Amino acid sequence: MPTVGVGRDLLFQALGKSYTQEEFDELCFEYGIELDDVTTEKAIIRKEKHLEEDAEPDGDDEEVIYKIEVPANRSDLLCLEGIARSLRIFTGAEETPKYKLSDISSKSIVTMHVKPETELIRPYVVCAVLRGVKFDLARYNSFIDLQDKLHENICRKRTLVAIGTHDLDTIEGPFTYEALQPSQINFVPLKESKSFRADELMQHYKSDKKLKKFLNIIEDSPVYPVIYDINRTVLSLPPIINGAHSAITLKTKNVFIECTATDITKAKIVLNTMVTMFSEYCERKFEVEPVKVVYANGSSQIYPDLSDYTLEVPLSYITSQVGIKMEANEVISFLKKMQLNVKQSNSGDENSITVSVPPTRSDILHACDVMEDLSIAYGFNKIPETIPATRTEGKRQPLNLFSDLIRLQVAMAGYKEVLTWVLCSCEENFSMLNRKDDGKTSVIIENPRSSEFEAVRTTLMPGLLKSVKHNMDHPRPIKIFEVGDVVFLDEEQDVGASNNRRLAALYCSNNSGYEDIHGLVERIMKIIGIPVDLTGEKKKDDHYYLQPSHKPEFLEGRQCDIIVNGRAVGTFGIVHPEVLEKFGVYPNPCSFVEMDIQCLI
Amino acid sequence: MARTEEAVLEFLHSNEEIPDSHQFATSLGLLHGELENVIKSLHGFQLVVAQAYVSSGSPEAQLFFGVPPEGISTDELKRKLGDGIFKIGSAQARKNGWIDIGKQGVTRKTEHIEDRVKDLLNKIKNGEAVSDGDVADVKKRKLIDRQIWKGYSLTKGPKYTIKRKRVVTDLTREILLRGDWKDLEFKEYNLNAGARPLEYGCDHPLLKVREQFQNIFLQMGFAEMPTNKFVESSFWNFDALFQPQQHPARDSHDTFFLRAPSTTRQLPEDYVEKVKCVHESGGFGSKGCAILHLYIWVRLEEAEANKNVLRTHTTAVSSRMLYLLAQDSFTPKKYFSIDRVFRNEAVDRTHLASLICDRGLTLGDLKGVLRSFFARLGISKLRFKPAYNPYTEPSMEIFSYHEGLKKWVEIGNSGMFRPEMLLPMGLPEDVSVIAWIFLGFLLLNRPTMILYGIDNIRDLFGHKVDLNLIKENPICRLGMDYPKISP
Repeated sequence: MPTVGVGRDLLFQALGKSYTQEEFDELCFEYGIELDDVTTEKAIIRKEKHLEEDAEPDGDDEEVIYKIEVPANRSDLLCLEGIARSLRIFTGAEETPKYKLSDISSKSIVTMHVKPETELIRPYVVCAVLRGVKFDLARYNSFIDLQDKLHENICRKRTLVAIGTHDLDTIEGPFTYEALQPSQINFVPLKESKSFRADELMQHYKSDKKLKKFLNIIEDSPVYPVIYDINRTVLSLPPIINGAHSAITLKTKNVFIECTATDITKAKIVLNTMVTMFSEYCERKFEVEPVKVVYANGSSQIYPDLSDYTLEVPLSYITSQVGIKMEANEVISFLKKMQLNVKQSNSGDENSITVSVPPTRSDILHACDVMEDLSIAYGFNKIPETIPATRTEGKRQPLNLFSDLIRLQVAMAGYKEVLTWVLCSCEENFSMLNRKDDGKTSVIIENPRSSEFEAVRTTLMPGLLKSVKHNMDHPRPIKIFEVGDVVFLDEEQDVGASNNRRLAALYCSNNSGYEDIHGLVERIMKIIGIPVDLTGEKKKDDHYYLQPSHKPEFLEGRQCDIIVNGRAVGTFGIVHPEVLEKFGVYPNPCSFVEMDIQCLI
Repeated sequence: MARTEEAVLEFLHSNEEIPDSHQFATSLGLLHGELENVIKSLHGFQLVVAQAYVSSGSPEAQLFFGVPPEGISTDELKRKLGDGIFKIGSAQARKNGWIDIGKQGVTRKTEHIEDRVKDLLNKIKNGEAVSDGDVADVKKRKLIDRQIWKGYSLTKGPKYTIKRKRVVTDLTREILLRGDWKDLEFKEYNLNAGARPLEYGCDHPLLKVREQFQNIFLQMGFAEMPTNKFVESSFWNFDALFQPQQHPARDSHDTFFLRAPSTTRQLPEDYVEKVKCVHESGGFGSKGCAILHLYIWVRLEEAEANKNVLRTHTTAVSSRMLYLLAQDSFTPKKYFSIDRVFRNEAVDRTHLASLICDRGLTLGDLKGVLRSFFARLGISKLRFKPAYNPYTEPSMEIFSYHEGLKKWVEIGNSGMFRPEMLLPMGLPEDVSVIAWIFLGFLLLNRPTMILYGIDNIRDLFGHKVDLNLIKENPICRLGMDYPKISP
């Protein structure tokens, strides 16, 4: 969830009302945003620089900042303007504004020509103009911050959409959106004083803390996207940097906004968010001047599209899902608080309403979204609670129940239960157990966070050995166990891997404790209902017997397989001294058993 | 020993008091030390009351009184008093001018003495004030430290009897076979001593909590889902949940993708087609993830939906279960699961997920079920906040008032699954699914964690856990207070 920092006093000014912190917190909670933190500019800087709390005494004149967490699908709440407007409408202090395009003749409309080469790298561009904007420092900062927030969230760190804003009075249309070889692009970028060639600029930004993370979006492309005006002034090199020439200042009156994108839907949402928020400061409030985007094939499109999106919604559907009876007029007044304007259905159906969704509410996709807004406006906490009449019976998963029964028995046999990580290193799965990795056994993570967690365990042995190592000062004998899943590659499964439920127990003392582990095996098998066959005939189906095994993690001649129906369901024995050494348990002898209990259900 | 005890008890039977244990010992022909052991034992069992006092006077006074008026030979006196007393006493008594030691023996020089040392020791014993100089003098002579002249006066104790019972500490098979347990006295237990450490096994604290959760779900009629599938395809983990392919959760810094097995080979094709449609162009009354058909949902070989992941939530299992449910004639279901999930930020985590699938469920039902569920956990103060989640609408965050922190904290997430998720599966249109996940599953053991000073779940989970924590963890009492639910 994105967090937006806004000045408390400016926010209350915009809301036209002051709140106590508790009152404001409550209002946020009801609306579905969260007052996450209350801080000050200086406190934020102190935190960033890791300074002591009392390095600087707090002055009373410090501006209080509210950090507000907003839902990820509400781009319109990423700035003070949007939060204040939404809350004003929610509390009934204001109606939803009508956002509209200014009338402009086809002659004087600003145009953007798209060159076909942009297909290769970043195919879409959408634009708009804000006329007669009045900036002050707070508005200007908010304008910049909103672009940052959009870039960070819906724009997916500029990969999907990148925004460029320019002082329209410094440039001259028509503009062209092109894709050129890096060596052909030269300009003075923002915050620099000299001109760079695009490929040099990329090198230059390799050391730029903020910009270096965007370089990979275009770096390896043979062509870079670039926007020029008629005089070949570079407006921007999306998604990296704007030109210095057209930079916005506090004095800027007319703003040209371009959004280049790989996702046209997101580009339109981003553009709409920018213009619906900041047209508030235009000479003609909430009026936006359109821009014509012309493609090479001659087709063209006017942006932004500020028309309402309409949705037919059955009244009974939304009220019955909320669980309350409501008249149409009640529904209408509630939805108004959420910026949704409602009319009786176009189709003349009395049980249906037509909801018109303003361009600020791109999150509304379905009648269920309208239903949610109705619930929010009604108040989640006011909705009467009911118990559904659904009649069903409780039931455990047999495997889990079986595991729990066995866990209890092992604990009763004097073993202490541990829970270890499912992820481990490749070494722990194989080489540290003296095993060879055939590449066909374990699940490997493509993007591990650390080598400690790069594979999924194929045995519980490393977890138990590591637990012993960390409890070396525990009184002897150390007797621990775990019941849990290991995972193997498995061709027969749709996903190519399958879990296997295992029981493992480990005994560590001054002697190996082999007899103790042997006793545990006999006990567990007996209570499962598979008694031991000591005749040596290996014939009884409902019995198990032991037979020598040759596993590298155990000491040779001191290990055996547990055989049921001719199949080894587990192995126990004295842990190989080399394995003890690798896990740092040496010189404390250990015996260990691991069994597949899934096959014994 | 037994004869000495007999003598003491018999003497007290006919006499009020044994005034001086030293004299008594002499009369029995015993060393005082032997008698002292008997006295201590009888005193311990309250057969007698022994009062310690400084018995026979200082060595010099004993020496003085040991000298009869007619005088005594040195050897005789030594034998009478013992070497120790003779040595210390004679020097001091001579210094005091009480006696004379000559060739013919020891004679008194005076008829009356004042035993200042005995008075002093008595004062010290009774806690009376004495001058520092006096103490130093006594100490120098090692009279305080040694206490070898301590004696006792004895009187009957509350449990006096002429012949005491035999005292034992334990009831044994031998005693029962002998049948004399009635004649035995059992030594009193010291209840301030700790018990002998027990050898025992134990289950893991977090699984104790899990068990109580399972019980609560079973009481509420929920069936457990099979969650033993850590590897999942992106399709079931994300796409089936109407989670757009550019959704941040699908980023590599949140999700573990797999090198092996990298992709899923097999998906239910007709269902995949429906999911693709609803993502790209909507349908089922939705605009879809892309408003103008331009978002291309990718599912080629090696492509998004087929990419394998370690499941990031157990809702992946829920989606499989609901899909299976939709393949048959519809019956209402309540499901739960408690199992591990894997995210880059928190390597191994346990998730608790549950859902109810039925016709005509409402948001009020969801609130009611949550109220009932949390009441069973002893959590009664709840409130709900609107939130965002790609596959639920409405989405409600669950907050509970934390009495310790004195504030509302988020404990879970809930909502109704979106029609875009349910309808492509083939569930009937009037079927709704209300679902919730509980974030605080592991934190519920918080009182325990605070008790042992654990502030990190890693202290209870993973190989670095201290076995003593596991050993000493109390039982989990969750769900013991049956709730009064008034929705």
